[in-house]
Amino acid sequence: MLVIRRDLVEELVAHARADHPREACGQLLGPEESDRPERYVPMTNADDPDAQGSDYRFDSREQFAVYKEATERDEETVVVFHSHTRVPRRPLTDSGLPEAYPSVKDIEYMGLQPGVHFVIVAITGPDSDYDLRSFLLDDAGEVVEDDVQVVENYMFSHTGAGDVPDRS
Amino acid sequence: MSATVSIPTILRTHTGGEKQVKAEGSTLQEVIADLEANHPGIKDRLVTDGALHRFVNVYVNDEDVRFAGGLDAQVPDNGTVTILPAVAGGR
Repeated sequence: MLVIRRDLVEELVAHARADHPREACGQLLGPEESDRPERYVPMTNADDPDAQGSDYRFDSREQFAVYKEATERDEETVVVFHSHTRVPRRPLTDSGLPEAYPSVKDIEYMGLQPGVHFVIVAITGPDSDYDLRSFLLDDAGEVVEDDVQVVENYMFSHTGAGDVPDRS
Repeated sequence: MSATVSIPTILRTHTGGEKQVKAEGSTLQEVIADLEANHPGIKDRLVTDGALHRFVNVYVNDEDVRFAGGLDAQVPDNGTVTILPAVAGGR
């Protein structure tokens, strides 16, 4: 289950729209072992923009700079985000949007980050509707879809973090 | 020549859960060989066909070794080696 603040969802969707038709990517950081995303860091998509199709890859130097800062702040990556845009190889679903489901390549890389949620935002254009889904891999390497709960703030949601009171 | 190596979650099965370990060597190649001697199996996760695996990014101090000589990158004494999972997808 992924509990995420609405303003963070809006940041992800805005980034996906701004970069369309290229895939947008980024990460949500939060306190270590909290499973609670607190801030969004958009990442440069370093995948070759001239390559066929649209993939994403974090810029490795930028990734290191973000990692270093996060470590100093006792933060870690809670969510890796990328968008699925409208490209010929990706069929549209009945909703008219690309499928917000991990590709074979997505799953290969998901396996490198156990416990991290992978959020996909599917859009067809800068002004289109969107579909947001979240996944992680279980211990057997199978894709499991998260139940996504969008909240206004974490104080009144069941985040599971010990230092945040749950609503009684 | 000793370096501090930061290990990502996915590879901590090889280090008994340790986030950081020490390793000897003056090049990345030597550091990885020393890691393998103390944490068997870790080399195959880092190196394939004589080059760094595409699934990992390795940094010596603050530089990505892909821009600094790859496995031949120099590791200064008391340097840091950071291993991060590559983040990519889409196809």
